[in-house]
Amino acid sequence: MALTREQMAQRVARELQDGFYVNLGIGIPTLVANYIPDGIDVMLQSENGLLGMGRYPSEDELDPDMINAGKETVTARPGAAIFSSAESFAMIRGGHVDLTVLGAFEVDQQGNIASWMIPGKLIKGMGGAMDLVAGADNIICTMTHASKHGESKLLEKCELPLTGAGCINRVLTDLAYLEIKDGAFILKERAPGVSVEEIVEKTAGKLIVPDHVPEMTFDAE
Amino acid sequence: MAGFDKRVASYEEAMEGIESGMTVIAGGFGLCGIPENLIAEIKRRGVTDLTVVSNNCGVDGFGLGILLEDRQISKILASYVGENALFEKQMLNDEIEVVLTPQGTLAEKMRAGGAGIPAFYTATGYGTPIGEGKEVREFNGRHCILEEAIVGDFAIVKGWKADRYGNVMYRHTAQNFNPMAATAGKITVVEVEEIVEPGELEPSQIHTPGIYVDRIIQGTFEKRIEKRTVRS
Repeated sequence: MALTREQMAQRVARELQDGFYVNLGIGIPTLVANYIPDGIDVMLQSENGLLGMGRYPSEDELDPDMINAGKETVTARPGAAIFSSAESFAMIRGGHVDLTVLGAFEVDQQGNIASWMIPGKLIKGMGGAMDLVAGADNIICTMTHASKHGESKLLEKCELPLTGAGCINRVLTDLAYLEIKDGAFILKERAPGVSVEEIVEKTAGKLIVPDHVPEMTFDAE
Repeated sequence: MAGFDKRVASYEEAMEGIESGMTVIAGGFGLCGIPENLIAEIKRRGVTDLTVVSNNCGVDGFGLGILLEDRQISKILASYVGENALFEKQMLNDEIEVVLTPQGTLAEKMRAGGAGIPAFYTATGYGTPIGEGKEVREFNGRHCILEEAIVGDFAIVKGWKADRYGNVMYRHTAQNFNPMAATAGKITVVEVEEIVEPGELEPSQIHTPGIYVDRIIQGTFEKRIEKRTVRS
């Protein structure tokens, strides 16, 4: 079975470490915040200028001056800091953020990522994505392995305009967890009940399959 | 003698001198921390052919979105647009030129503009459509592109508290692009919720020192929320 969005978030959350500063993109990456393992403390960075994003506000706490990068009203947790956009991107560009999680349309075996623009469709912009991929060296990209029509999104070379070049080294899809190294995808884990053959079939880029590919496990909820 | 007193009496006076064809840098992120009354004054004046530099372009009927209604903006530099149907329509009809700019690059363009740095190298955008046609240099094994600073004829800024001398503090994440915008205007206009006497603001807590600010005005604000999310 392909992973659900929640399971993808759960799997990514296992990569969090105590004391990490983390930037979560919109979509599945945002869900990662719901699965921070017990006993570890992470600080969420929101690129509009908030380090230490808290939960959504109660009706009483609702404040139009307090939003996240997705423009949602949020709170600041105890120990949070608030600053300007330039300061925020100094953290990002300066490599101070420990882990960045973001979505993508395509990733290729050279670590290129395309996530912001589909020619012919309305282009809204890249927001902070180009800064995030250029500034971080620890990025996990979350995406579906193939399109609804079965076309692979893990390619030899990205076809869509890039968000960043050579910057992605880890990908979690609904079928597998992979690393990108030396011009190839390396299959590290597979989703429960998903065969290596299915992953091979749905990966257009160069894929290295080790002798043993463990199956991910999830706690029943 | 006005001395350092930057206060103006009306919004009309606050935007005195703005003309068609000028470049306006605006603070704000989404609808958070936007100079909503200064934008309304630009609409009232009817100036056109503006180049606007702002992370976003408001929504239909609010924020910078209202300047689209009479086609006052001919060009915009922004990182994310299209939250409004009118913008989408004008973009698709080529009535507005959109220069999509990575968010960190946009902030740095303003910061550099205000700091007298004409251009800077950044890895952001290298190898993407944003890097096309731009000078590339390699530093420590990383490819970087040259990005130029921005200075506006006007900068419009939303603050929380200011003193008469134009020292400004921002509230929560309404800070965002405002401090950089404030430095990058030939004329910087700040609207705030409260103007206090010099000495009332703690000097070390001031975000924008008054040296950057030309005009200051106290206003009332709607502070519309773009995405209202609450926990149950």
